[in-house]
Amino acid sequence: MSAAVATALSALTSATSAHGAVVPALIEATLRPSLTLVVVVAALVATGTSLILDRSLVRVLLGLLLIGNGVAVLFMVVSGTAGAAPFVGSAPPNEMSDPLPQAMVLTAIVISLATVGFLLALAYRLWQTSGTDDVPDDAEDAHIQRLAEARETSDTYDPSEVPTTTSDELAGDGLDGPPRVDDEIAGGGR
Amino acid sequence: MTTVTAMPALVPMPVLLPLLGAALTLAFRRSARLQRTTSITVLSLVVIVAAVLVQQTDANGPQVLWLGGWDAPLGIALVADRLSSLMLLVSSVVTLIVIVFAIGQGSADDDDENGQQTPLSIFHPTYLVLTAGIANSFLAGDLFNLFVGFEILLFASFVLITLGGTATRIRASTTYVVVSLLSSALFLVAIAGVYAATGTVNLAQLAIRLGDISPGVSLVLQLSLLTAFAVKAAVFPMSAWLPDSYPTAPAPVSAVFAGLLTKVGVYAIIRVQTLLFPDSPLHGLLMGAALLTMVIGILGAVSQSGLKRILSFTLVSHIGYMIFGIALATPHGMAGAIFYVVHHITIQAALFLICGLVERLAGTTSLHRLGGLALASPVLATLFFVAAMNLSGIPPLSGFLAKIGLLQAGIEVGTPLAWLLVTAGIVTSLLTLYALAKVWSQAFWRSLVEARVAGAALDASDGLSRATGIEVSAVENGDLAGVSVGRSGDTPRTATIALDADPATGERLVSNARSLPPTMVAAAAAMTAVGLVITLAAGPLFAYTQRAAVDLISRQPYITSVLPVEVRR
Repeated sequence: MSAAVATALSALTSATSAHGAVVPALIEATLRPSLTLVVVVAALVATGTSLILDRSLVRVLLGLLLIGNGVAVLFMVVSGTAGAAPFVGSAPPNEMSDPLPQAMVLTAIVISLATVGFLLALAYRLWQTSGTDDVPDDAEDAHIQRLAEARETSDTYDPSEVPTTTSDELAGDGLDGPPRVDDEIAGGGR
Repeated sequence: MTTVTAMPALVPMPVLLPLLGAALTLAFRRSARLQRTTSITVLSLVVIVAAVLVQQTDANGPQVLWLGGWDAPLGIALVADRLSSLMLLVSSVVTLIVIVFAIGQGSADDDDENGQQTPLSIFHPTYLVLTAGIANSFLAGDLFNLFVGFEILLFASFVLITLGGTATRIRASTTYVVVSLLSSALFLVAIAGVYAATGTVNLAQLAIRLGDISPGVSLVLQLSLLTAFAVKAAVFPMSAWLPDSYPTAPAPVSAVFAGLLTKVGVYAIIRVQTLLFPDSPLHGLLMGAALLTMVIGILGAVSQSGLKRILSFTLVSHIGYMIFGIALATPHGMAGAIFYVVHHITIQAALFLICGLVERLAGTTSLHRLGGLALASPVLATLFFVAAMNLSGIPPLSGFLAKIGLLQAGIEVGTPLAWLLVTAGIVTSLLTLYALAKVWSQAFWRSLVEARVAGAALDASDGLSRATGIEVSAVENGDLAGVSVGRSGDTPRTATIALDADPATGERLVSNARSLPPTMVAAAAAMTAVGLVITLAAGPLFAYTQRAAVDLISRQPYITSVLPVEVRR
């Protein structure tokens, strides 16, 4: 996913050059994005994504942080090659870095800080209530799972049905009782 | 600037007043009374400001304020046009009524008024910050400020949804927090892309510049923005988080979330679709998403047995109607969508408040256990009945008018896909009626004895199933509750016990109903009444939404009032 994002972004920046007339002089610097930065974005977002898929809330927090940092670096890609510090009068305007993406990233970083604070509190509270920071199964999911195990959901769900079943096993299964379809009719739903 | 009045100074007030109020209520955390007074005063002021803004924008065109006095294209603009002002008015009315409900609940929960309970003392500031975030999202004149508005309301909502920090709330909010943060990250990526392609994040400037970039790039940007907003609005493939997380929150919190947070996403979709991508190639995709949202959402509602979950699924389902109106991209479709948003904000909040009252009265929201509520509290039953009929679209209520508006717009467009959506809209409306009628007949209409028997049978069968691992089903037979074990083909073996029809339970329910805090009942009644007012004022309101839709589709009033002529490139 992250690689796709990176590709899309380099496509974006090259597209700008194709329609350069639209873009004001300040943004001309974005025409040459740094490949290193794009690779860094890809690596950060990919690592973050894999961490988010974990059960542990602290790992999820680390994943979100990495993705947030990846996006922050993405803004550096967007702002183009680095120029002089954007202070009025310190350099000619067209040699300066574009200050706006930096301002946006600063805001995003502050928001990441709040994210860390909140998620750490959440993970700590989860640990207090359950003794682990693993996110438990949803109660409703567990309920549906129980229904499935009780064969109340569908005729096609059959935990004993594996592709390698031999005819002997099938015959043995038949001795235990009639097929499941009868079961459904006799047992009835609740 | 269209007007040389003091009115633009009102534009930031819906953001500033709640933030000021949040600071004050934080300072007043030892005094519950001062907190209440501050919250109600601030939110009432916001209602007045929003009403003035609606009147002003309708008479004089969009009101624009460039923050910090920077020149036009450089600063941060707050823009109130017809759509934003209307959304502000409705959201401020809802937040005011919900805070009254929460105060009624809080003061009853905490009679000794020592103000030491932490959840109570942080509720008011957080709630006001949430209000400020919602207002900021409606007023934002650039994409990045919209992002900031989203983050403000998200972080406030994180605190509100975990209020009390019980294990179930922590579990449910984890999904909400992670999904929200991921969608924010995607939104940021989209902003980076927009800035790279156009060199601005100001919505009015983007409206001009996005037309000049290549269609492929524009499509990528549109898709990423829409995906980010669709997560917030709970449009179908991205809606799974909502029914998991909303039902566990306290009643006033889930009411304001259900009413407003998803609508902020819908508002953002309207804004982006009309202002930034008027020649969108994605109408078909949006139509498909609307169809799936409606149908799959309502099937979820039909299959659920908890009142809060049913309401959450109808919420998801009815988002589909608004997306349908947006996807039509005609003035009538857009006007229908805006009217639907207004109707749905009030009625969904009303239903969640009523659900909160039911929970307080009966101690549960499971339809298997509820019963006899109509006898115990006729007022509550009437409120639920009116709100439920309104949501499912029974004439002459506003839900009916909103749906008619959308269906007519769909028929006008007349493509096969539009007809399919019109049909799906009617089916969804009927299934909503079915789901809510089920709630009515179980929770309100059936006798308490039946409910107790069903509840006892369910308890026994659940307990046995869990303890033995054998499938045990609940059996009810008159006033006999029991369990039944049926093995393949045999006659099921059934055991039942008679429950004595204990009259004390019924009396307890009635006395509970008498001791419902009048403030809570009044707030729920007021919210339901707002739905009726919308019905009564439907004529002028529909005319207003028509004008708003024409503004949105022509784009001109917005662009010309935000940008002076010399910076229109």
